[in-house]
Amino acid sequence: MSAVLQTNDRAAARSRWRAAGVPWFLSLPALMFFAVIVVVPLMMTVVLSFHNWSEYKGIQFVFILKNWRTMWVDPYFAEMFARTFRIAILVTLVTAVFGAPEAYILNRMRPPWRGFFVLVLLGPLLISVIARTLGWALLFGGNSGVVNAALMNLGIISSPIPFMFTETGVVVALSHVMMPFMVLSVWTALQRVDPKIENAAESLGAGHFTILRRVIFPQIVPGVLTGGIIVFALSASAFATPAIIGGRRLKVAATLVYDQFLDTLNWPLGAAVATLLLVVLIVTIVAANRLVERRYAEAFR
Amino acid sequence: MPFLVLDKLTKRYGEHVAVDALSLDVDKGEFISFLGPSGCGKTTTLQMIAGFVEPSGGAILLQGQDLAAMKPSRRGLGVVFQSYALFPHMTAAENVAFGLEMQKVGRAERDQRVKTALELVGLGGFAERYPRRMSGGQQQRVALARALVIRPHILLLDEPLSNLDAKLREEMQIELRQIQRTIGTTTILVTHDQSEAMALSDRIVVMNSGRVEQIAAPQEVYERPATPFVASFLGKTNELTGEARTDAGKTIVIIGGGHWACRQPLDGLVVASIRPEKVAFAEGNGEHLAGTVKTRIFQGNHWLYRVETAAGPLFVIRQNSGEAMPAENDKVGLTWRADDMALRAAKEGRP
Repeated sequence: MSAVLQTNDRAAARSRWRAAGVPWFLSLPALMFFAVIVVVPLMMTVVLSFHNWSEYKGIQFVFILKNWRTMWVDPYFAEMFARTFRIAILVTLVTAVFGAPEAYILNRMRPPWRGFFVLVLLGPLLISVIARTLGWALLFGGNSGVVNAALMNLGIISSPIPFMFTETGVVVALSHVMMPFMVLSVWTALQRVDPKIENAAESLGAGHFTILRRVIFPQIVPGVLTGGIIVFALSASAFATPAIIGGRRLKVAATLVYDQFLDTLNWPLGAAVATLLLVVLIVTIVAANRLVERRYAEAFR
Repeated sequence: MPFLVLDKLTKRYGEHVAVDALSLDVDKGEFISFLGPSGCGKTTTLQMIAGFVEPSGGAILLQGQDLAAMKPSRRGLGVVFQSYALFPHMTAAENVAFGLEMQKVGRAERDQRVKTALELVGLGGFAERYPRRMSGGQQQRVALARALVIRPHILLLDEPLSNLDAKLREEMQIELRQIQRTIGTTTILVTHDQSEAMALSDRIVVMNSGRVEQIAAPQEVYERPATPFVASFLGKTNELTGEARTDAGKTIVIIGGGHWACRQPLDGLVVASIRPEKVAFAEGNGEHLAGTVKTRIFQGNHWLYRVETAAGPLFVIRQNSGEAMPAENDKVGLTWRADDMALRAAKEGRP
């Protein structure tokens, strides 16, 4: 009798163990894939940033802080990181200022038009980044850029608008690409807003502007903040747009890493820059996320 | 002069007429319900009064003033929505205070009035709660307080109780009626729930496909429905076909084996409608409708019978008074007072 019970117990324990193991077992392929293509290279990059490099000997597998000290001491890197995050912050602000109203208008549109404008909005994502960026160059590049040439022929401006190889140019072109992420994020927040809520505010005596400011905007702030996190992270690590619009001189973190890896072949320094960029981004995103969650936990979710 | 006048109020969406020339006078302090199935135009009417929908024709006059010419934000009406439409990023107190802020009421008075309003709806201790942290019933009360605190000319309620469970709904009905009596605000309620309309209103406006079927006090709407639609929409009703004979100024209606004297001069086929609770089981062998009990269902405070008769099936509701009741398959006689029966001539072609 007791033997039977024991066997039963053991069988139950075993099946329980199996039940607990099954989810892990099933996700094993994905976990391994993730480890191999994300975690391992990332760890290798971090380790690489502590190796030494010299022009004649190449990479030396030692543990030194040379690369990190270089970034700390050389003002070139400070300037470059400042530029990277200045661009990322400006792009985030531009997309928020233009994207939030755009999402609101989009949300109020009727179906056939709404679909059309969503397509227009997603346009930048449907075109190759190189083609799109070269498009900006065609419009504003030097004296022969279409817009510059037209404005100069009309006598509105005397010299071409400085766009190529300027930070302004990079910010404008990046904002164009990043806009969909902001608009879609705000739109998601707007769709959670009770459609009757504007009527409610109106019946209480609020005008249109007051409704937007006091009732609608506070409800889409979480959407703006999440959109902002996405835009900020993507802008800070963007490569193609700064590379083409910014040119060779206007370096940002991503283009600098590229140079270190492929031109100078100073992989350890490139790895150090990449690691620092990653760390700053993670800290920023986690902090921003905390802020969103703490500030809005009570009223939303 | 009536407080609120709806004069041939009409709303058309293209070819579709949502509200067809609705006219209604509302007295100050009155509680009016618009009752009807979904799509009957009751909500559209409410939205026209509130100003969220522009009328295609007709006029809305509040104390003689044309309301339709005013912006919704200037009308000074309190609206409670089915979804409550509370501001989720504001606490209960901030929600209630919003309307007063819009009216530029001073801080001290505002706080006082918010407090009074929240106490009125029984939420004195919930001022600092956010709507997400409140139950449906509490959110409903906040919405009511928010609408009442601005001292509206009219309180408009758009299916305010339909998101609550049955028990809570009944409690809120009683409370709503009490609050409305206390502060005496003229109130218009839109509902598809007949018991809600009957429990709360002074008068009911029964609507069907954009038209008014009847405007009357709840009891009258129930006891003397003006149209077959009203009779079938409010409560259960039995419809029986009979024959009317007028002889020497006296009309007799014959239904199955039963005879009823009747004041209306009618002749030929008639349709009689009788409420199930007005039908009684007859004693002895008189002139009544004979039938057989097919089903008997116990419902606590009453019995529900389905009786097969020569004139068709009949529903009967009898109070559970503790007396012995007929069982299934028993032969019974059915009777009712002639006054409890609404008669109309049967349409041609209908048996």
